[in-house]
Amino acid sequence: MTHASKLLELSRISKRYGPLLALDDVDFDVMPGEVHVLFGENGAGKSTMINVITGNVGPDGGSYRLLGNEVRTMTPQEARRRGIAAVFQEFSLVPDLTVLENLFLGRERRIAGLLKRAEMRREADAFIAKLGFNLPLDRLVVDLPRAQRQLLEVAKALFEEARILILDEPTASLTDTDADRLFDLLFEMKRDGVGIVYVSHRMREIRLLADRVTVLRGGRKVATVAGADVSEAQLVEMMVGRPVGDLYPAIAHKPGKPLLEIEKLSSVDGRVRDVSLAVREGEIVGLAGLVGCGKGEIGRLVFGLDPISGGSVRVKGKPVARFSPRALLRRGVCYFPADRATDGLAPNRPIRENASAAALDLKRFGGGGWLRRRAENSKVREVFERLGVRPLRLEQTVLQFSGGNRQKVMLARGLMREIQIFLFDEPTVGIDVGAKAEIYQLMRDLAEGGAAILLISSELPEILNLSHRIYVMHEGEIVTHLEGEQRTEAQVLSGFFGKNRTKAAA
Amino acid sequence: MSLAEPSLPRRAFTTRLNGFLANGGIVLLLILLIAVVTAIIQPRFLNQQNILNVLRNTAILSIISMGQMLVMIVGGFDLSVGVIVAFASIETALVMSALLQWMPEMQFLAVVLAVAIALASGAAIGMVNGVLVARLSLSPFMVTLAMSSVIAGATFYVTKGIPVYGMPEFFTHGVGRSFLLGVPTVVVVGLLVVLTTIAVQRLTRFGRHVYAVGSNPVASRQSGIPVDAVLVATYAISGLTAAITGILLTARIGSGQSTLGGTFVLESIAAAVVGGVSLLGGSGRAERVLLGALFLSLVSNSMNLMRIDSKFQTLVLGAVLLAALCFELLLRGRRKYG
Repeated sequence: MTHASKLLELSRISKRYGPLLALDDVDFDVMPGEVHVLFGENGAGKSTMINVITGNVGPDGGSYRLLGNEVRTMTPQEARRRGIAAVFQEFSLVPDLTVLENLFLGRERRIAGLLKRAEMRREADAFIAKLGFNLPLDRLVVDLPRAQRQLLEVAKALFEEARILILDEPTASLTDTDADRLFDLLFEMKRDGVGIVYVSHRMREIRLLADRVTVLRGGRKVATVAGADVSEAQLVEMMVGRPVGDLYPAIAHKPGKPLLEIEKLSSVDGRVRDVSLAVREGEIVGLAGLVGCGKGEIGRLVFGLDPISGGSVRVKGKPVARFSPRALLRRGVCYFPADRATDGLAPNRPIRENASAAALDLKRFGGGGWLRRRAENSKVREVFERLGVRPLRLEQTVLQFSGGNRQKVMLARGLMREIQIFLFDEPTVGIDVGAKAEIYQLMRDLAEGGAAILLISSELPEILNLSHRIYVMHEGEIVTHLEGEQRTEAQVLSGFFGKNRTKAAA
Repeated sequence: MSLAEPSLPRRAFTTRLNGFLANGGIVLLLILLIAVVTAIIQPRFLNQQNILNVLRNTAILSIISMGQMLVMIVGGFDLSVGVIVAFASIETALVMSALLQWMPEMQFLAVVLAVAIALASGAAIGMVNGVLVARLSLSPFMVTLAMSSVIAGATFYVTKGIPVYGMPEFFTHGVGRSFLLGVPTVVVVGLLVVLTTIAVQRLTRFGRHVYAVGSNPVASRQSGIPVDAVLVATYAISGLTAAITGILLTARIGSGQSTLGGTFVLESIAAAVVGGVSLLGGSGRAERVLLGALFLSLVSNSMNLMRIDSKFQTLVLGAVLLAALCFELLLRGRRKYG
């Protein structure tokens, strides 16, 4: 009988991706008329949980009950049909169709096989007016600014008249006004008995909305607590979970002369605007911000992977004239992309080739167009030994290694030649704690050996524990610069939302 | 940012110009240009016979290009359209002549049956392409290339390269060389196919879903669109339009030929690309692809009138395609999603 009152009840859900246990025996349920917040670090399992609920991912184990009925296999279509609507972070919008067309995508109104265009327009007009959103029905989604895409995404989910609504960081790129409008709508839905699953890092929203909060860490459920009587400190402690400090080495801070200076850098697509920052010799500088704030773009811009519309970059005091990876590697700059699988590595080639790929223009390895295999082999071996790649089989392909080792292969590139400036984009995403610690130690060694490191990361603990200085980005701009005692979690978090602008962040 | 401000009025003009060019204006201008230049150099261009010829060729090419376009909108390619033309040609001729020997008085029925069978097998071949692409996530390029080899091999094996005769005049004259309301039947069929495609694209849910799947398959799946079924359907339609082309050509030349249609792969892709179909999928309109087909037919007709060597014509076709691809790339640079 207890089942009947719950809209959704997942018990003992497990999901494994290769060596990674994304969800380990997790229970989760949703009552009618409540907001149940999912809280945890990146990679804690929140997205997997949502994907299980919406049928995008089939769990390896556990049971799934919807309105008291056991569900065997869930598909996205089935979930929609049974009243589960979701707002995803990656937009589920079709760029080449208009707002109106996207709103009705998959549920077009028809008569005799033909679209009822006038009726759909009337319905959409009325619905958008009811929501109070500013959405131009005839604009192509590709031409919409991010905030409006997010609104459309929300509108699309609300249009379903769902019984269970899932929102994954729905306010990440909304203005405060739009966010407040959304919260009003959510309160209305709660009154109508809709169950809401809400993923957010934002304390203000959790305070405002949460009836219950479930904290996940490393794929396991830490606890489910009532939203009213839990403090921010308690939540963060549950989220981080481990005695901070074990994982992170102490790194001496002896800054020398600036090696990388970025001035008023802007990207062509507008995701980065007038960003200035500097990284000095022997220093790790953290670049923090929410997903989509533009921090990852900085590394790509500096390394010449995306076009620049304005600003300048100086390496070791000299301005960069040509932004190409080749030119920058020669000047001692190396960028390590977040998406190693698609941007970084050639998965079906040996790790030896992957490690030496960026150094073959050096005389030592490829003078005159001929490869020097012996020199290549011995250097690659030396670098992999230093990084602790195990097993040390140079001719195995990247695919045969785990996530942590793959990241080390990536890092090996930076050690194959004289690199002093390291741009790390999410260096520890998707890798296990042991490999994380090794990578942090490598960063310490590099920094203490005089390298300049820009650490771009969405993992707050990583930023707080490794960085000597921290810049925080919000919507394409640097809003906060923190040094010394200022480097606290609260300071960084408030920077995430564009508050707490400091003068130094010019 | 402030640097851009003084040139704002000019920007507005160039944006509008870009908009016109991007929406097929450039093809329209080129069509007019070629027509005028050819008419001046070779007044024969304006002969009724020649104009009808251009229209026939345009009709044939635009039919096959409609299917190719749909496949390209969902992000694929159909390299098998050429051999489907030949296959449909042989099949129509063989079935028709066999039926006629068996029931000589029932010409009409023989024609209808043969045409229906050819259409159905074209669609079926396309469907197999589609299933392989959709269900097994194989590359459209490889699937349709391999399928081309299979079908071409079968066609040659059956005919040994010899043309198939024995079709009734009712078919060869009635379809291939006749006029409906003063317009060649082929052109009428072409217009019907293009108009139907326009209607499908604008008025039906399927048309909408084709755009959606090509633009963002993941989002489409999440929106409850049967992505695989849409893919299979587009390839089936491509096979169908290729078969229509094959049947019309067979009627026009009066025999079934296994060598027919070889140039249609490149030409249909070229018509689509000249007509603004994005190689990335997600966009493309039938009416503009029709313009693309008209443009290519004009270019070829103009070169014929000027007695340009056919090898050189092949070169020109390739160059036109490359130019159109570069143009598309330029446009694409302005529209980055993310």
